[in-house]
Amino acid sequence: MKLLVIEDDRETAAYLIKGLGESGYTVDHSADGKDGLFLATSGSYDAIILDRMLPGIDGLTLLGGLRSSGNRTPALILSALGSVDDRVKGLRSGGDDYLVKPFAFSELLARIEVLLRRGAETPSVTRVRVADLELDLLSRSVRRGDKVIDLLPREFKLLEYMMRNAGNVVTRTMLLENVWDYHFDPQTNVIDVHISRLRQKIDKSFDRPLLHTVRGAGYCLRALD
Amino acid sequence: MPDGTTNFEDTVALRAPSAIAAPAPATGPAREASIGVRERLFPRMAGALRRAPGRLIRTHAFRLAGLYFLVFAISVIGVLFFMYWASTDFIERQTEATLDAEVTGLAEQYAQRGLSGLVQIVSARTAGDRGDGMLYLVINPDGRPLAGNINGWPESVPTQSGSLAFQIEVRVKGRDETHPARGVLFAIPDGYRLLVGRDISDAATFRNRIKTTLLWSGLLALVLGLAGGALMSRNMLRRVEQVNRTAERVVAGHLSDRVPLRGSGDEFDQLAANLNGMLDQIERLMTGMREVTDNVAHDLKTPLARLRARLELALLGPDDAKERRGAIRAAIDEADRLLATFNALLNIAEAEASTRGNVGEPLDLGEVAQAVVELYEPVAEEQGIALHLDCTSPTPIRGDRHLLSQAVANLLDNAVKYGGAGDITVSAQCVDERAMLTVADRGPGVPEADRDGIFNRFVRLERSRSTPGNGLGLSLVRAVAHRHNGSVALADNHPGLRVCLDFPVYRLAA
Repeated sequence: MKLLVIEDDRETAAYLIKGLGESGYTVDHSADGKDGLFLATSGSYDAIILDRMLPGIDGLTLLGGLRSSGNRTPALILSALGSVDDRVKGLRSGGDDYLVKPFAFSELLARIEVLLRRGAETPSVTRVRVADLELDLLSRSVRRGDKVIDLLPREFKLLEYMMRNAGNVVTRTMLLENVWDYHFDPQTNVIDVHISRLRQKIDKSFDRPLLHTVRGAGYCLRALD
Repeated sequence: MPDGTTNFEDTVALRAPSAIAAPAPATGPAREASIGVRERLFPRMAGALRRAPGRLIRTHAFRLAGLYFLVFAISVIGVLFFMYWASTDFIERQTEATLDAEVTGLAEQYAQRGLSGLVQIVSARTAGDRGDGMLYLVINPDGRPLAGNINGWPESVPTQSGSLAFQIEVRVKGRDETHPARGVLFAIPDGYRLLVGRDISDAATFRNRIKTTLLWSGLLALVLGLAGGALMSRNMLRRVEQVNRTAERVVAGHLSDRVPLRGSGDEFDQLAANLNGMLDQIERLMTGMREVTDNVAHDLKTPLARLRARLELALLGPDDAKERRGAIRAAIDEADRLLATFNALLNIAEAEASTRGNVGEPLDLGEVAQAVVELYEPVAEEQGIALHLDCTSPTPIRGDRHLLSQAVANLLDNAVKYGGAGDITVSAQCVDERAMLTVADRGPGVPEADRDGIFNRFVRLERSRSTPGNGLGLSLVRAVAHRHNGSVALADNHPGLRVCLDFPVYRLAA
């Protein structure tokens, strides 16, 4: 997997290149908006990680240019500007995800994985399957093996997100943003309790657990072999 | 009878106004003297004048006083001129009316009694000095006087009928004088002529008196006007100066200085009161800001100190990889808590900085509350707390869904943390065009004395210090309420705490 990092701060860039390299990605780097745009249009990348404030062309203009030229490479915006308005602006200009600085590296990794997956997935899926757990988006029903599982609407949404990103780590912030559409930190471990409730319903009476806690990062839905 | 002195006064008085209207450019001592007077009248202006002469002209008070004086002078001159004209005109009309009546009377006498009758009457009227200044003369075709009190036919008098002005020689107190006179000529058939006139030197004297009086009173009025204008503008300048001085001192850092009030309630007092109110507000904000800064310094420095201590200990400690990892992990946790505090502060600042008013999209307060309740419901249940939601009626408002959600989340977070094991009730309803959101718990509540202060940043009650938290939750709630033109209040729930948020209801125009 090949990533393009456009970041002008040398230390942050070094941290990103090192961390992403160690996680198995091939990383190209540009410290300037113009060069970044050139690389993004000429090279073929699986995802772009770009800072919002860049010398030359700023991040949002760069993304806008990229999108208007038909390039759909998934892009994650990094920014110190964290208000809801800033986030909305970033996503409107063509970003696929928005991460506020400073961030935990695990959070960035999880989001990149989700982005890469989103690029590959076929959009018109009506049925998602992980091992013997099956989620039907049309009838909004869930079954594991031959047992039907009753879920509340929010639990269904939570499970749907987990299943669409099955095999990837999803963080609490990602869940809060994507399942609840909240962009604040609720201080209390509300997400953990929601996950443990969901776990009760889909894992409790089965031998093989599917919903796993990844320490220091988040959760992961997958069938362990 | 008046003498020549009146005329002399006349010329002096007449020259005086031109001296006012166009003063000769003052030079030397005269100029210094005039500046001296101005200095006494306009102390501030004099200062301005010393710095740069052009500045005095530019002061508003000077221009105002100048304008005032100009208008005043024009009106005074106008009024005096009218008075003069009206009184002299009256005297002239009176003289003409008297002459006309006399001529008409004599003409009737002539018609009835002929020339001899006329001569008789004229002789009777001119016998002795009657003191009314009337002049009569009847002459025959040769120019010889038949009767009358004038020695000879005056030179400038023509021979046709009509009214005319002429001069006569009069002997007053042994001196010969030339007096002005007005008269009417009446031509009698056969070349005889009658002249009826009146010595108008008295009227002329009277006119001069009026002229002099009016000129002096006009001068007095103008001097008074000038002095009044100067006093008025000096008074105004002084009060503006007070405001200026206070402003300068406030700028210099004396924030508690205030503009003195006179208690008269005039515009200047109102201006001063408004400025003082503004200064009070600024001082209050500054004090609040200083408190916040102190708190921020304390509450951010403490975790920073802990963070530093942890890293230092890890560096000094034994070269054990596992322990070092643990220390680094703890340091990262500390950094995360710091960041959370920092973000909360930024959120509050952002919510506070936005302008008040109907901002955001139309939404239902109850629905916002419902979503947050749903987020917190499992946590509450895990702690054995029942979370009730009561929002059956619509509660339409305009607002920012994210901020409102966060405010409700903060309230629920508090209720779950400090509300004990009792139930929590969240309700949303409309009361009198206000959308109310209430979060009520059955915990120990907040003592009345602490209810105001608890909204301030970093304020935490003594008993809550042991639980995690940064003391910023309610500050954000208040900032969000204010941003939405709403308010937040704490009340007793008997027992427990009741937090009420209320916002103006927003209804779409039907």
